[in-house]
Amino acid sequence: MAELAERHDLAHLPMVDPAAKGGLVGVFRRRYLLRLMVRRELRARYIGSKMGLLWSYINPLSRFLTFYFVFGIIIGRGQVPHFAIHLFAGMVLVNLFVESFNAGTRSIIQNKVVVQKMPLPREIFPIASTLVTLYHTGPQLVILLGACFITGSFQPDLVGMLAALLGFGIVILFGTGMGLMFSAVNVMYRDLTRVVRIFTGMVPFSVPMMYPYTLVQERFQDFPIIERLYLANPIAEAVLLIQRGFWITTVSDADAAEAKSEWGFQPGLHANFPDDLYARGLIMLGIAAVFLVLAQWVFTRLDDKIPDRLVA
Amino acid sequence: MTVSIEVSGVSKEFARHYQRTLKQVAVAKMRRQQTKKTFWALRDVTFTVEQGEAIGLMGLNGSGKSTLLKHIMGVMRPTEGQVRTRGRVSGLIATGAGFHPQMTGRENIYMNAAILGMTQAETDAKYDDIAAFADVGEAMDTPVGNYSSGMFARLGFAVAVHVDCDVFIADEVLAVGDQPFKKKCLKKMEAVRDSGVTLFYVSHAAASVRRMCSRVIVLDKGVVGFDGDVDAGIKYLHYDDSEEPDQVEDEDTTDGELGSDV
Repeated sequence: MAELAERHDLAHLPMVDPAAKGGLVGVFRRRYLLRLMVRRELRARYIGSKMGLLWSYINPLSRFLTFYFVFGIIIGRGQVPHFAIHLFAGMVLVNLFVESFNAGTRSIIQNKVVVQKMPLPREIFPIASTLVTLYHTGPQLVILLGACFITGSFQPDLVGMLAALLGFGIVILFGTGMGLMFSAVNVMYRDLTRVVRIFTGMVPFSVPMMYPYTLVQERFQDFPIIERLYLANPIAEAVLLIQRGFWITTVSDADAAEAKSEWGFQPGLHANFPDDLYARGLIMLGIAAVFLVLAQWVFTRLDDKIPDRLVA
Repeated sequence: MTVSIEVSGVSKEFARHYQRTLKQVAVAKMRRQQTKKTFWALRDVTFTVEQGEAIGLMGLNGSGKSTLLKHIMGVMRPTEGQVRTRGRVSGLIATGAGFHPQMTGRENIYMNAAILGMTQAETDAKYDDIAAFADVGEAMDTPVGNYSSGMFARLGFAVAVHVDCDVFIADEVLAVGDQPFKKKCLKKMEAVRDSGVTLFYVSHAAASVRRMCSRVIVLDKGVVGFDGDVDAGIKYLHYDDSEEPDQVEDEDTTDGELGSDV
């Protein structure tokens, strides 16, 4: 009994605010819980399904085949060498971004039972969704790599791989930021979420994957401002970076010679990308990091009201 | 003695949203009606609890008990005033939180324990105790969605009472548990109390409050209406009237003994 009482002799501990310390630091401190949440999400998605994780391959593959049929065969046959890879490389990043945003946005409302009862750093929910999304990017990368090797002319280079990695970095930071910000915004301002969802619906069309970047250059020759705006889209920049790593490196000289010129394709490792691709990428990565900080700031401002508003 | 919970001048304002869509707000504005109305769920609540005290929190439905608990748990932040606690706060406020119906009892124990702040090592060490307490037998490795509601509740309760905490908050309807399990719970809670943990117990059942607590706080429309001796508190609420079923119950307890709906 005396020993037990000693266990709760807490005079040396400070009196603290019982509310959990939030922020991404708080999430990191609860990484064991984060790991369990991610694992639960992963298992829950395919529970009761006979094919399990195979669906993570089937879904992107079928979407890819559809897009390829429409944009590669019906619309622009022979314009761009290995157009399928051009398209799929972009899709990997676009999916990652859109899914991070969508799943993050839903995450707090989905977990409202826990949110209303336990003092957790609430950032943990959107972060977990982003990690789950990231996990499902794995199978898509496998498909992409497989396709690259099937061409028989895949010659990966270090610069290209670093470029792809930079593209991933940009998308991960922006996707996490969007998910984080809108998980909180969605509790209070549903309309705002819908407005933003309109824009994310445009993302697949606002990046050079269903059409080459050179086509954009050509169409807006006389309006460089539009081209600059186009490149200000972080996802567009990221898609160009991953294409530098995985698409242009599969185009052999023979492939390049066969390509038609209507869509502006030119032979060469750098000809089909904007100038200063890497510098732009690094700046965009910096902007993405700043955006994540901004997202955290918005989240912190709304955080205290989340349990109050979830009731309604 | 050491102060365990300090609630000073806590008020909580909630907004009632009358008009939700833009059109409704515009119409209301034109008619010069109020578009927003707020109310105070808690108003200037102040009290101090010392380490090892057993407090019974009572009050009619809607008196602010749940809201107050959420402030002590740290789920909500007060509009005014402040709450300070010492040590780890846990309890029966989130039993079964994060349970996934399609995952097994074992998986859910680890998940729930992590939500309650336990580490993997802690859960590993206590797993056998938790499983024994939940007493769901071989069902432990089947999805909890197949559990009976009693088994489901037992599993949640078993995890919650095994969290090593310094302040234990009990706010849960245990009406689904059967008699033997309720007795076991009450015993366990007494053991927790006797080990020096501060107990914060919400209940409408006067008998169990008498048995568990050394002090009663009564909330009345968000204000502390009474704070002091257990019997006087129950009298204050008129819960000692003879129609009260608690009066006729013996040590073996009846339904609703541990029940509290807030």
